[in-house]
Amino acid sequence: MVKLNLHFSGGLELLFGNQKEYSVDVPHEPPSELKVGQLLVWTRDHLLTERPELFMKDKTVRPGILVLVNDVDWELSGTLDSELVDGDNVVFISTLHGG
Amino acid sequence: MNRASPAQQPARRYIMSLSEAELRARVAALEAENRLLKTRVIGYQKGDTGGKRPRTDDIVSGCSEHSLSNHQIKRYSRQLLLPSFGVQAQERLSKASVLVVGAGGLGCPSSLYLAAAGVGHLTIVDHDSVEVSNLHRQISHTEAATGESKALSAAVACMAINSSIQVDAWPTGFKPHNALELVQRHSVVIDASDNSPTRYLLSDACAISKTPLVSGAAIGFDAQLTVYCHGSQGPCYRCIFPEAPMPRACASCSDAGVLGPVPGVIGVLQALEAIKIVTQVGTPLSQTLLLFDGMASSFRSVKIRPKRPTCAACGQQPTITADSLPAYDYTAFTGSTGQQLNGHDQVRVVDVRPVEQFRMAHLPGSVNVPFLADDSSSFPGFVKQRAVALLHEAGVTEAVDIHGGLQAWAALDTSFPSY
Repeated sequence: MVKLNLHFSGGLELLFGNQKEYSVDVPHEPPSELKVGQLLVWTRDHLLTERPELFMKDKTVRPGILVLVNDVDWELSGTLDSELVDGDNVVFISTLHGG
Repeated sequence: MNRASPAQQPARRYIMSLSEAELRARVAALEAENRLLKTRVIGYQKGDTGGKRPRTDDIVSGCSEHSLSNHQIKRYSRQLLLPSFGVQAQERLSKASVLVVGAGGLGCPSSLYLAAAGVGHLTIVDHDSVEVSNLHRQISHTEAATGESKALSAAVACMAINSSIQVDAWPTGFKPHNALELVQRHSVVIDASDNSPTRYLLSDACAISKTPLVSGAAIGFDAQLTVYCHGSQGPCYRCIFPEAPMPRACASCSDAGVLGPVPGVIGVLQALEAIKIVTQVGTPLSQTLLLFDGMASSFRSVKIRPKRPTCAACGQQPTITADSLPAYDYTAFTGSTGQQLNGHDQVRVVDVRPVEQFRMAHLPGSVNVPFLADDSSSFPGFVKQRAVALLHEAGVTEAVDIHGGLQAWAALDTSFPSY
């Protein structure tokens, strides 16, 4: 198990039962580390309540969603291959257009 | 003999480049501005304020080494007193020009604060007019301005606060054909728009002209702020979101709702970032995204990627350039047409015109199935009505005739040619 804090904002929380914060235990077998790509699939299958196409496209997040691991853009840590350990914070943000 | 000074020539060329429709809109807007200004002047003459008009004299103190007038020193004294700001920053601010795209929930507060702070030249762009449902958050607009151009109404509000700066209103909107010229005439740009195509257009124009872009967005209780196209490492909007989100993933304030102070917070912060950039004070919010959660009253600051070397707009070999941008189809790129057409993107547009006409111009994503009715010379619209009737007979009951066809579309979307 890997203990993670997940945060959804920018309207994404509407796909997750209108809840912004989740503390979760994600099943995982050592020795390899849990990767964000695996977390995406687990999140979709266990937390998402509606319209999966607004969260994922193919094996990654749909265009317009930014993923942050410990408040850093996942582009800087390897996107789908970013490794996660106990206590990590993962934020999913949908870009906003309103003004 | 009157001859345009060299300084007037770019503006003159710009006016010459406008279409007749745009010129007409500008004239109508100036007439509206005139009416608004008269309203304000009448209110003034009633003497209900009892105040004095601000002095705009340019007397420069004899014992100083700066260009600020005595009036400016008095007016801006509270920011001049700041050790990290001072006379030099105020001089830079008074020489700076800021383009504000959108005079809504973000653009109103940001332009008001920029005007009050004494930015030298402010241009406000918005093609929309003021509606009653805007007034709860778009604080530059008064009840009396309902129905008037938002750009003008916001400009009038800025001029009322500070008559010593130059404020221009552009009620014709921000479009691919005028984007670069508008951006290049300003030191910094504020993205206070409310839609995905304009956000990509603004980012591309700023990437090409290397102009910093202060980007804000708000909806519901959530808001975001960052600075794009800043310095050599700062990313543009396309570096972060190379692929546009699908339209149904993009809520707007008009369908999802927004609490007024939420864009207000971000609009004020946009003014702060613009002031910091033009005065070279502090650290701009580049490569950092600020998230505001109005429900929890919390700010979160996250680190985002630097410039992407393969970016189509700001990368090493850009495909979006000064030459290609005016013809770039932003509605097609963001897939916004389906949303405008029907509120969702599950719609399939079948264009029944002859292939030649389809090639001249067509809606993004539409398919061409030329259809020759028995009497194709009859009135416009007959052909598609026959096509829909045949589809209904064949069992495709959800087929509908789009009333007005492409002519009606061209009336709304001025980038679409009417013929």
